[in-house]
Amino acid sequence: MPAAIHTAGLTRAFHTTSRTVEAVRGIDLTVEQGEILGFLGPNGAGKTTTLRMLTTLLPPTSGTATVAGHDLIADPTGVRRRIGYVAQSGGVDPTVSVREELTTQGRLYRLGRSEAARRTTELAEELDLVALLDRPCGALSGGQRRRLDIAMALTHEPVLLFLDEPTTGLDPGSRADLWQLVGRLRDERGMTVFLTTHYLDEADALADRLVILDDGRVVAQGTPTELKQRHAGSADAGLQDAFIALTGRRAEREAEHTPVAV
Amino acid sequence: MSHLLTDTGIIAGRYIRQTAASKLGLVFGLLQPLLFLVFFGPLLEGLHLGGNGDSWQLLVPGLLVQLGLFSSAFAGFNILIEKQHGVVERMRVTPVSRLALLLGRLIRDVLQLFVQSLLLVLVGVALGLRAPVAGVLLGFLLVGLLAASLASLSYALAMRVGSPQEFAPVINSLNMPAMLLSGILLPMALAPGWLDTLSRFVPFRYVVDAVRDAFTGHYTDGSLALGAAVAAALAVVSLGLGTQVFRKVGA
Repeated sequence: MPAAIHTAGLTRAFHTTSRTVEAVRGIDLTVEQGEILGFLGPNGAGKTTTLRMLTTLLPPTSGTATVAGHDLIADPTGVRRRIGYVAQSGGVDPTVSVREELTTQGRLYRLGRSEAARRTTELAEELDLVALLDRPCGALSGGQRRRLDIAMALTHEPVLLFLDEPTTGLDPGSRADLWQLVGRLRDERGMTVFLTTHYLDEADALADRLVILDDGRVVAQGTPTELKQRHAGSADAGLQDAFIALTGRRAEREAEHTPVAV
Repeated sequence: MSHLLTDTGIIAGRYIRQTAASKLGLVFGLLQPLLFLVFFGPLLEGLHLGGNGDSWQLLVPGLLVQLGLFSSAFAGFNILIEKQHGVVERMRVTPVSRLALLLGRLIRDVLQLFVQSLLLVLVGVALGLRAPVAGVLLGFLLVGLLAASLASLSYALAMRVGSPQEFAPVINSLNMPAMLLSGILLPMALAPGWLDTLSRFVPFRYVVDAVRDAFTGHYTDGSLALGAAVAAALAVVSLGLGTQVFRKVGA
């Protein structure tokens, strides 16, 4: 079974008038199909740049990548057809209704009118958005908005879902709901999930495997248990200890929330 | 090609529905030229302003170009707002044609301008404007072409800059001199030599002159053809630039 994501030497540099900053420095990464991969790192580690490259938003400076079976450079449209993407800031217009956003999204993925309408109803039922369909997106709560963002990303039934810090700003209840949803997508549909997060408890609870990035490079990867054993001395230690040992920094926002059991 | 047409239709439909739902925006966009028409137009009645036609045939075409100039130059603000909400990024991760993301928006802008122009001309007619229908339609076509060009540049700029604070000063500092040097309110035939010469470097002047000739039914005296050529050239350059930016920004 081919990997859902495979990168070799993926690099991205940004040039300014005075200097060149290498945000991502030659990442080699393999994400297996049906896996939930937690992509962690301190601020400025290169997580978002990597995510933007893998979702075709940013061309790599060098290196190669295959995403969902398509070459990232040669066939970005093929990649776009097969992936779903939920940005940290979402991606809906607050003045537009939930129904309009979902249907338009379906149309952008080349579904016919009736197919897009059918898919809208289906996703609204699945993600508990039925009662909200005719409300403007701006009237939704944080948790409802996140469910909508995910519904939008699932319109075309992607095989690979990118989630960029999906629970930032959500209350504990909404976070727990979202964790369950992500687990369900993997268990019931075999979907591969690429998840960036600052919440180590979230990564620990959700991810099958973690990749830790620092200063544009992969500094460690393995299951949460392996990382704790290897870098924090014991499988019972907190992931935070392993994270500090690897990056020399605490994960941001760790102290901002109360861990939630799934 | 068929994907481009379908995608353009989807994007245009989305923004047309949005605009139709916000009738206030349509009216407020029209407010400034309407104020000029109602409160400034009567002051010019009976005055000899140079060129062909009466004062209404000079003022209304100028106001149409002003409407096109201002509404399209600020069109990029919509992209900035959408960027802040992540809408542009969301759309760019779909397989939708990059060119359609620009063309769909332009179709909405031109359609909106057409409705506003029609209202402006109807009010002008009520105040005393008389112009051949073919000339008015020709005028709409030229203003539409100009608006599509400027909106394209405005969107391209908005895709490049990070915030409204960067965007607004650029547009303001270009728009006001462009308006004053185009002879929008009064024809440049009234200007002293140096101002007249300076205004000849502003392409919008030729479009204003051409629309005025269309409104007076002077289709063959050369300035209409010159204005149309300038508008077409501007459209080719601007749409080319806009397309390039929409294709390249991000990915």
